[in-house]
Amino acid sequence: MDQFLAFTVVGLSTAAVYAVIGTGLVVTHATTGVFNFAHGAAGMLSAFAYWQLAVGWGWPVPLALAFVLLVLAPAFGLFVERVLMRPVQALGEAERLVMTVALLTGCIALARWVWDPNTARPLTPFLADRPALRLGPAAVTWHQAITMAVALAIAAALWVLLHRTRAGTEMRASVDDRALAGLTGADPLRATRLAWVLGIQLAAVGGILIAPAVALDAQQLSLLIVSAYTAAVFGRLRSLPLTFLGALVVGLLEAYLAGYLPQNDYLPGLRLAAPALLLFLALLAFPHRRLRGRDRTPVRVPLPTVRGSLLLAGTVVLFALVLVTVLAEDDLLSYGTLFPLGVIALSFVPLAGYTGQISLCQLSIAGIGAVVWGHLGAHGELWALPVAMLVTAAVGALIALPALRLSGIYLALGTAAFAVVLDRWIFTLPAFDVLGVRITFFDQGSVTVSGPDLFGLRLTSPSQLLVLSAVCLALASVGVAALRRGRFGRRLIALRDSEAAYATLGGRLLVTKTAVFALSAGIAGLGGALYGMQLQTVTADQFNLIAGLPIFLIAVIGGLGAVGTGLFTGIAFVLPAQLMSGLGSWVHDVTALLVALAGMGLAHSPSGVLAQMRAEWAPLGRNRPLLCGLLGVLGVCWLLAALDVANGWLLLAIALVTALLLRVRAAAAQRPPTDIPPEWWGVRRPWRSEDGEVLSRATIAAG
Amino acid sequence: MPPLLRAEEITVSFGGRRALDGVSLTAEAGRVTGLIGPNGAGKSTLFDVVCGLRRPRTGRIRLDGRDITREGPARRARRGMSRTFQHLELFGRLSVRDNLLVAAELGPGRRHAARTADAVLARLGLTGVADDAADALPTGLARLVEVGRALVLGPRVLLLDEPAAGQDAEETRRFAALLRSLADEGTAVLLVEHDMSLVMSVCDEVHVLDLGAVVASGPPSRVQTDETVLTAYLGEVRP
Repeated sequence: MDQFLAFTVVGLSTAAVYAVIGTGLVVTHATTGVFNFAHGAAGMLSAFAYWQLAVGWGWPVPLALAFVLLVLAPAFGLFVERVLMRPVQALGEAERLVMTVALLTGCIALARWVWDPNTARPLTPFLADRPALRLGPAAVTWHQAITMAVALAIAAALWVLLHRTRAGTEMRASVDDRALAGLTGADPLRATRLAWVLGIQLAAVGGILIAPAVALDAQQLSLLIVSAYTAAVFGRLRSLPLTFLGALVVGLLEAYLAGYLPQNDYLPGLRLAAPALLLFLALLAFPHRRLRGRDRTPVRVPLPTVRGSLLLAGTVVLFALVLVTVLAEDDLLSYGTLFPLGVIALSFVPLAGYTGQISLCQLSIAGIGAVVWGHLGAHGELWALPVAMLVTAAVGALIALPALRLSGIYLALGTAAFAVVLDRWIFTLPAFDVLGVRITFFDQGSVTVSGPDLFGLRLTSPSQLLVLSAVCLALASVGVAALRRGRFGRRLIALRDSEAAYATLGGRLLVTKTAVFALSAGIAGLGGALYGMQLQTVTADQFNLIAGLPIFLIAVIGGLGAVGTGLFTGIAFVLPAQLMSGLGSWVHDVTALLVALAGMGLAHSPSGVLAQMRAEWAPLGRNRPLLCGLLGVLGVCWLLAALDVANGWLLLAIALVTALLLRVRAAAAQRPPTDIPPEWWGVRRPWRSEDGEVLSRATIAAG
Repeated sequence: MPPLLRAEEITVSFGGRRALDGVSLTAEAGRVTGLIGPNGAGKSTLFDVVCGLRRPRTGRIRLDGRDITREGPARRARRGMSRTFQHLELFGRLSVRDNLLVAAELGPGRRHAARTADAVLARLGLTGVADDAADALPTGLARLVEVGRALVLGPRVLLLDEPAAGQDAEETRRFAALLRSLADEGTAVLLVEHDMSLVMSVCDEVHVLDLGAVVASGPPSRVQTDETVLTAYLGEVRP
């Protein structure tokens, strides 16, 4: 009984923290309509800032607390509202989600860059030197008592704010209809600002209160939010009392699992994954109307031509051949990951781009592909590659079943929870048998992955594996482009644009969604197997939720509807980090930060930069002489690099500068067509992609 | 011969409010049946129930005498039911032709989907905008595309929810002719429309809904002079 009480006290204390963080999430969401994925990351940054002030610089605790909670947290809240969220307020739900994912990635990268993750930063609990309070047989530390008292005080204060003050009424009115709230004399902008400030402050309180109980680690602290998400989903993202109840359930469950879960090799991970599992179940159990949001601004989906997709495939393979001839063997391994990662990113295109189903677990699924290939294809058995794809496709189909009940951010949340369950529990399991079949994941360590045996030719060298990955990316890109042009692609887009119309025309939602989830997971599985071959040894950490977020972000930046997103993501993810890798270990964090910043710039190009790039480079593609000139220069640079007669950096610079100059020249050489007056463009003849540029040039030239 | 479509005692509640309260009506093959009533009367809700997007609390939907109440919308579409929506539900990112092609590929004529889609485009005079993106069309034209998409399935029962909204007088006249020709081909057309001249000129029978209940039924000439109908639309006339 004493033990039970002790676990209950720990559970209540943890629940209090989750309640504080969860209410912050609910306040922000209920007022602004934004589900903040970076809410935990804000708490994490606050905990680090508090450590820096109180421990690092030796400030008195009250002063450090006041500075973090009253200066830094509000400033961060205002920054998020003004710089990140306001530009995307008018865009869709997906864009707002991407902003918060970018913020999460950016916060983690920033914390790792500023505070070296290899240094331990212990935080002492509040009033740790005082003896614990006795409540009968149970002991309650002062830190635990303070945590619970703070949670109760916050609950009371929030109730008063929301129900007894004008600001609170404005906040509640803003979420239903900002414009209407404005017409009635409320100030929606002020309400939004207040919600962000309050939300981040609550995250900061939670972060600081929980930091002494866990290691001060950027990733771990940011993911604590999963438990708070669960609490918030219990509260259906709007009810504070239910959020507290949810926090209580999660906190106590975690404490009792820690205390009473049998000790064996299979269950420790379950304790860690329990909040995510609970979140998954909570999302399914509460199919409230507000949990079934609909995005009204879907991603544009350009129709690729056969010629265009073949050109893209050729470019991918040619690029691989260039890399193989100019890079040293060690570099080939690291640069080579761009093609498998491209395949994984391509899996977002049919799923998120065409069908609008945002999945944050594609890299985790790729991890399953890598593991299946690693075990079954250990001796290069080629049949194991399609088997790996089939296994991952089956996992994808499994995810599709709950996906029918969820959409938008809730699906993203559900798939994120699935990724966490895989990462924290399933991937850590030792081998086990199911119906006589031996199932092995990462063997509680790492799995060695080798190349396939291609009809007698064993692909083992880095260059062979790189070309194989590139060929797979090229084929997958052609396949996805064909899918877009074909019957299934049309159905996916139709399903996304109107589920009701699709169903009343005879379309089966379950079949179509299951098919696209399976297809996308199969592509991700292929990418995972290729990624494993390139890495040679894989661990569970390489496929966790946080590792997958930058890939998702870059794919969004590229444009989820464009087939070229695979190649773009691979290049953007790998090339900058590898090119700068000699500069120091901080490069990884800085490039992750840059990705996050680029994601935050999404408002400027919601359809993706690929569409923009295509429009900018199209004139050069049509100008035969200049195009031949460019290809000639690229060819000479390649030759010189392959023969190692000139510095690689110099040649890269020459190639880039030449391409940019010729692009400008081609655009300038393009004359406005004279047959139809400009005011009739788009009316008497179709609007062309280059028309905008031509008109703006003509306007500038006219002064 | 039983009516092709029969709704029996349909009741739907939203929270504590009854959106439909024991509504019964029929639609027969070869006839245009009008469904009119003020905003909020429950017309679109009834369409949702008939096509399977919403389950009624009580009541039955029968097609050809078969009870289809528990069947989903896709199953009902395969039985020959198709509809348009009051709030446009086009596949906005697809071209007009692809909108029809999706329907044709899901319908009974999937082997000749392209030919079927092109034939409907030509019939509705939409060939000129076939390659335009559906979300770039003006409302009147977009509604016609929705009608075309429903027609591609070759429906036996066609549910049209305010299809003439946004059309000018000439377009409405052509649309009335289209409805008559569809009925002459044997289709049961159920029409929700606020354009009374269209309803009165084209419908064989009209049901009037008010506050979730049918308040009058009969041929257009009788319905338009019905006291209950006038009250529903204009309110109580006090001397």
